[in-house]
Amino acid sequence: MPDTVPGSLRAYLHGLPGVDEVGVRRRAADLATRSVKTTAKARAIDLAIRMVDLTTLEGADTPGKVRAMAAKAVRPDPADPTAPPVAAVCVYPDMAAVAAQALAGTEVAVASVATGFPAGRTPLEVKLADTRAAVAAGATEIDMVIDRGAFLAGDYGKVFEEIAAVKEACGEAHLKVILETGELACYDNVRRASWLALHAGADFIKTSTGKVTPAATPPITLIMLEAVRDYRALTGRQAGVKPAGGIRTTKDAIRYLVLVNEVAGPDWLSPAHFRLGASTLLNDLLMQRAKLATGHYGGPDYYTLD
Amino acid sequence: MADTPARIAVRRTYKLYIGGAFPRSESGRSYPVTSSRGTHLANAARASRKDVRDAVVAARKAFPGWSGRTAYNRGQILYRVAEMMEGRRAQFAAEVMAAEGIGRPRADAVVSAAIDRWVYYAGWADKITHVLGGANPVSGPYLNLSEPEPTGVVGVLAPAGSPLLGLVSVLAPVITTGNTAVVLADEHAPLPAITLAEALATSDLPPGVANILTGHLTELAPPLAAHADVNALDLTGAGDLSRALEESAAGTLKRVLRPGPADWTDPDPGTARMRPFLEIKTVWHPTGT
Repeated sequence: MPDTVPGSLRAYLHGLPGVDEVGVRRRAADLATRSVKTTAKARAIDLAIRMVDLTTLEGADTPGKVRAMAAKAVRPDPADPTAPPVAAVCVYPDMAAVAAQALAGTEVAVASVATGFPAGRTPLEVKLADTRAAVAAGATEIDMVIDRGAFLAGDYGKVFEEIAAVKEACGEAHLKVILETGELACYDNVRRASWLALHAGADFIKTSTGKVTPAATPPITLIMLEAVRDYRALTGRQAGVKPAGGIRTTKDAIRYLVLVNEVAGPDWLSPAHFRLGASTLLNDLLMQRAKLATGHYGGPDYYTLD
Repeated sequence: MADTPARIAVRRTYKLYIGGAFPRSESGRSYPVTSSRGTHLANAARASRKDVRDAVVAARKAFPGWSGRTAYNRGQILYRVAEMMEGRRAQFAAEVMAAEGIGRPRADAVVSAAIDRWVYYAGWADKITHVLGGANPVSGPYLNLSEPEPTGVVGVLAPAGSPLLGLVSVLAPVITTGNTAVVLADEHAPLPAITLAEALATSDLPPGVANILTGHLTELAPPLAAHADVNALDLTGAGDLSRALEESAAGTLKRVLRPGPADWTDPDPGTARMRPFLEIKTVWHPTGT
């Protein structure tokens, strides 16, 4: 597939089976009713914490804030050493060096957005330079955005080549491709963009930047999980999925884990193949964790703000 | 002409009051409520500890906005509650009669007293600051000011045996000073509390300032007392649970009010129920020589 010329790429993507929108919504809603309690809940919470990409993508980010967040990533609950560290810290490229320094020697990865995040409307040279700079600064995971304008205009070849070029610029770093599903207009496009990104070499496909509403939703994540599952069956390579944006509560996080297990399978239930892009989610996970341990509800006053 | 068909009764569903909405209990349960003579009146929602949690979240969310309003504005809104209650007099009186087993004239008097109690505490909203705070005479070149600030989210266990007047007498003093409240209504006579919630919902009181739960005290009070995001606890209706709840509240350093027996008919209850849920902040400001 990767050596396909753009003409047949179009035919290939439009030849993918259409998404049954009502069916997908129904299936996602059904899976959201699963009840996960007691010991299973405790395991799910710890797994969800290990899957969190703790994210700060604000214009007002300072080195101090990134360092504070890195400290929290390594030890989310200072009062409880049994709380596992998160998967990665996700920052803008100029903060990647700060994050890498703060996380040196820990198992927490440094993820950096790149390629003109969040709009992705810069020339390819700028995108590649952005990516190389982030990798050089110590980022081991790159979150790139696709050119939604080109995708919606039907210029799939351009999107494909950009992803492939960024993948090459990443070198050893993992590449997560943000589809920004909130701008893709329909579920069929989400499926097409997922397959396009996977064929172009994405290690992860990610729902959203978090700057556009709607961000991650269970039906969209379900479609993307189906794509990585079928892609592995086709090629043998296992890619991951990362819903990001709008996941704020433990209940939401656990629903995503159920979705992963039921749609893609237990092979995806690990931080290597499933991530949750979030910032406020972590505190809720920690509060629920403390609730299971102590028996009483916690309050936000007991946890750091960022 | 054919007979007109008998009208089908429109029965009322008594639900919880959380965050300005009237949800059923998360657990889907309800329990029968009987009059003082044992006749069945209605089924009330039986809240679960998750409803307690949701109510605390709603109260916390409402706190910055409510405490940030001017005291005058809070007073106006509480006065509006009294206006809304006035319009529901007949309903309140009927429920009080059934719950307390008293006659119409006495029930009317209880409803009047409850409405007057709202007006009483509405008036206190912009006056309490001057009673508890003010400029302090200090030796040194400082302007020294004290002012009372609301404690935060207050869990209120409404008294048993006085489902309307007692409830108003514990809820109004808590919210008039800018706190938000999660109230556990009288377990055996919760219907006036829900009718009060309907008055609150139609009187400009922001959603979440007062949240009213009905259900079993032994089930709801412990999670409320232990909740880390509740700042204070009013144990008026706790009965035998008082001691255990007080111990549990100590785990998160809550303010606790554990009052003695109260006479709810006293028309001038004073500041005794407002002061425990206020923190005095004192500011030292250097003055020129």
